[in-house]
Amino acid sequence: MAGDSAGAAVPTTILDRWYRLYGVIGFMPMLLLVFIILLALFVPHFLALQNIFNVLRSSSYLVIMAAGQMLVLIVGGFDLSVGAVVALTSVTSSLVMVGLKSSLGDYPGIIIFFGVAAGLGSGLAVGLVNGLCVAYLRVAPFMVTLGTMSIATGIAQLLTSGIPVYGMPVSFVDGFGRGLWLRLPTAVYLAVGIVVLVWIMQNFTRMGRYIYAIGGNYQAATVSGVPTRLYLIGAYVICSLLASVSGLALTAQIGSGQAVISSQLTLESIAAAVIAGVSLKGGVGRVELVALAAVFLLILTNAMDLLKIDPRIQTIFLGIIVVLAVALDEIAKRKTRLV
Amino acid sequence: MYVNEAKGDDASRAAPAARDDATLLLQLTNISKRFPGVVALDGVDFDLRRGEVHVLFGENGAGKSTLINIIAGTYPPDTGSFKFEGKDITQLTPHAARVIGISPVFQEFSLVPMLTVEQNLFLGRELTTGGLLNRPAMHAKAKAIIQELGFDLDPDRKVQELSRAHQQMAEIAKAFLTDVRLLILDEPTASLTETEAARLFELVAKLKNAGVGIIYVSHRMREIKQIADRITVLRDGHKVATVNAGDVTETELVELMTGRKIGVLFPEIECRPGATLLSVEHLTLSNGSVKDMSFYARAGEITGIAGLVGCGKSEAIRAIFGLEAIAEGTIQVDGELVTRPRPASMLRRGVCYFPSDRVAEGLALARPVRENASMAALDLPAFARRSVLQRRSERRAVQKIVDRLNLRPPHIERAVANFSGGNRQKVLLARGLTRDISVFLFDEPTVGIDVGAKVEVYELMKELAEAGAAIVLVSSELPEVMSLSHRLYVMHRSHLVAELTGDDINEPEVLSHFFREHAATPAAALMQG
Repeated sequence: MAGDSAGAAVPTTILDRWYRLYGVIGFMPMLLLVFIILLALFVPHFLALQNIFNVLRSSSYLVIMAAGQMLVLIVGGFDLSVGAVVALTSVTSSLVMVGLKSSLGDYPGIIIFFGVAAGLGSGLAVGLVNGLCVAYLRVAPFMVTLGTMSIATGIAQLLTSGIPVYGMPVSFVDGFGRGLWLRLPTAVYLAVGIVVLVWIMQNFTRMGRYIYAIGGNYQAATVSGVPTRLYLIGAYVICSLLASVSGLALTAQIGSGQAVISSQLTLESIAAAVIAGVSLKGGVGRVELVALAAVFLLILTNAMDLLKIDPRIQTIFLGIIVVLAVALDEIAKRKTRLV
Repeated sequence: MYVNEAKGDDASRAAPAARDDATLLLQLTNISKRFPGVVALDGVDFDLRRGEVHVLFGENGAGKSTLINIIAGTYPPDTGSFKFEGKDITQLTPHAARVIGISPVFQEFSLVPMLTVEQNLFLGRELTTGGLLNRPAMHAKAKAIIQELGFDLDPDRKVQELSRAHQQMAEIAKAFLTDVRLLILDEPTASLTETEAARLFELVAKLKNAGVGIIYVSHRMREIKQIADRITVLRDGHKVATVNAGDVTETELVELMTGRKIGVLFPEIECRPGATLLSVEHLTLSNGSVKDMSFYARAGEITGIAGLVGCGKSEAIRAIFGLEAIAEGTIQVDGELVTRPRPASMLRRGVCYFPSDRVAEGLALARPVRENASMAALDLPAFARRSVLQRRSERRAVQKIVDRLNLRPPHIERAVANFSGGNRQKVLLARGLTRDISVFLFDEPTVGIDVGAKVEVYELMKELAEAGAAIVLVSSELPEVMSLSHRLYVMHRSHLVAELTGDDINEPEVLSHFFREHAATPAAALMQG
């Protein structure tokens, strides 16, 4: 009887083995793989080169945003303002570029530099407001970001009166936004680069460790000497900046500044993170899985488009997937026992 | 002044002073700290010498944890001076405290559950090379420290997967990571086995010899006798006394702590056991915290369950009330089998559970006393008819109960948040009195409340038991559960290991069961490995 300890029990059934695999690599890669195989077999044109291109490009924007959203979720927060930041970035960067055209028309590089700076600047501002309010005023992240979302959207619409801003430098639109490097859209490289950077940050730097610690147990992080407020603000700022980067890439691809660029982006970024197993309670989340989840969401949408499924039914379907992902995650958690 | 230095009497007077300065590690003078609604510390002086174990002694809520949190830099004192190694310290943060060599081991663990043991050890002071974490170096150091401490702890395990004892080890290891000059140990042995505790004491002795000052918080007399040099007793935020460990007896210490003669604290409760109201057979919980537990509670009797923190005693009574998932076993209330206990159905059967964590599980702080008290009884006609609240009769009923419990102030429309710990507990108790309850399940009923309120809680138990209720008392406070229980069960690592009655309920007997089988544990661990 003495040897009958919990540690001695080795999982033997196939189900148990799958569960362990799930524990190690997560649910996301497996789901994605199964999905791609199914789609390749049954959906016409899915494997067409042009289609794969489109999916990769459009998922890049979401991957970048979701990586930022994930960081905020890990510190136990929530950022509803990312979609509005994309719109604000699009408007400010395009307005600056168009405004400088008359005086600096001969130097597109400088124009682009200022445009990008303006875009990132607006992201930085929103991120700072979010972070400061959460860290110092202790306002619920939900309320703060709901407020900044409204503010950013309002400013973007005021600045443009709802009219798209045209006239950005050709090299920004055709060279960057619609350009190809080694036959792949530039946005894909941007997204991969950002995911790699965030991955390094999460696994090999203090900042990554602290972000996990803050979300895992704020009090413990504080008494361990982690400058919790600083990193809390840092997470919100990075999230907004990444939304800005995404907004710049999107603006370049569309070729105009838009105040109503996409209202779905915020929800999709949260959905991608949650599907990838990022806990809404904080402390858990890996960027590589979030990136895969974002690609997965876009593949799903793409497949439904190809199958000519009504967009309204598509949104219902997306909702079901998100709820399922969260439920599965909870069940998995309950399976783990104490030693 | 200095001209006279050669004079014998002056020199001899100067020497002890100089020695004092050199040995004094920490000096706190007139420290006060208030939190909204409570004065946690009021003008407390405290000092610690190098190479000394200074025990902080006092009841829950006496201000011990506030004091150690101030020393650890968790929060600043409102008034008073803080000197460490002769230097005035202001604006101390947890980080700054660790940098100057103050290492706290908290009872409320400062561990992040999702991170591994190793990641937790280095949290806030990771080793880096060129801006990146140096993981191999941290791994090696973590291994070395755990080995030195002699703990059976895997640095790669996530903290959330560890038992409480192992989490305690991780917490202790965390304090030893840096160069320690002042070590704070807050009830470190609460969930350690005797061998592990002995190992810890060896380390404490070693640190003492190296000149480290140690602040040790504990309730265990045996431990205090074993390692203390001086003892400071706190009561209700005041310093009562600082005494040399050799100069006091146990009884004197407890009297200093409670401010009254023992014996008066615990009422004499008459025992007239009647029918068996609650009987549990072979109870095993899904999460494994309770295994094959059988016990019963009779009317007119106080049935105690004692055990170390995390032994499963709370989980057992929570399961009876339907708050933990049951894997196996049967529960009978008043002879009737209850197949799936749920709080609502258990209340209807006359069983009420009083949670230990009053803020998290017991009370809606923002709501008035009246609503909190009647919350569990709104299905009774006195409180609601056909879902429509009977506010007037609710007010009358709650006021009556509150008066009986001596709530201060007796304002039932006041939000619970505005009451102190003891009065909050009374509001919780009022909930059990709003309906006809015959089985009372108390989970650590006196945690965090002052002595006066404690006595009132005990008086209420006496009243209830003598009126024929069955009372199950789960408590980690040994004197409490020993003095009040007529029959005492002892739990150890998920199992019920003893049932004591009458004269068998004494400290050595109970403690021997607390720590039993510990000799067998390493053997079991070896078999696993």
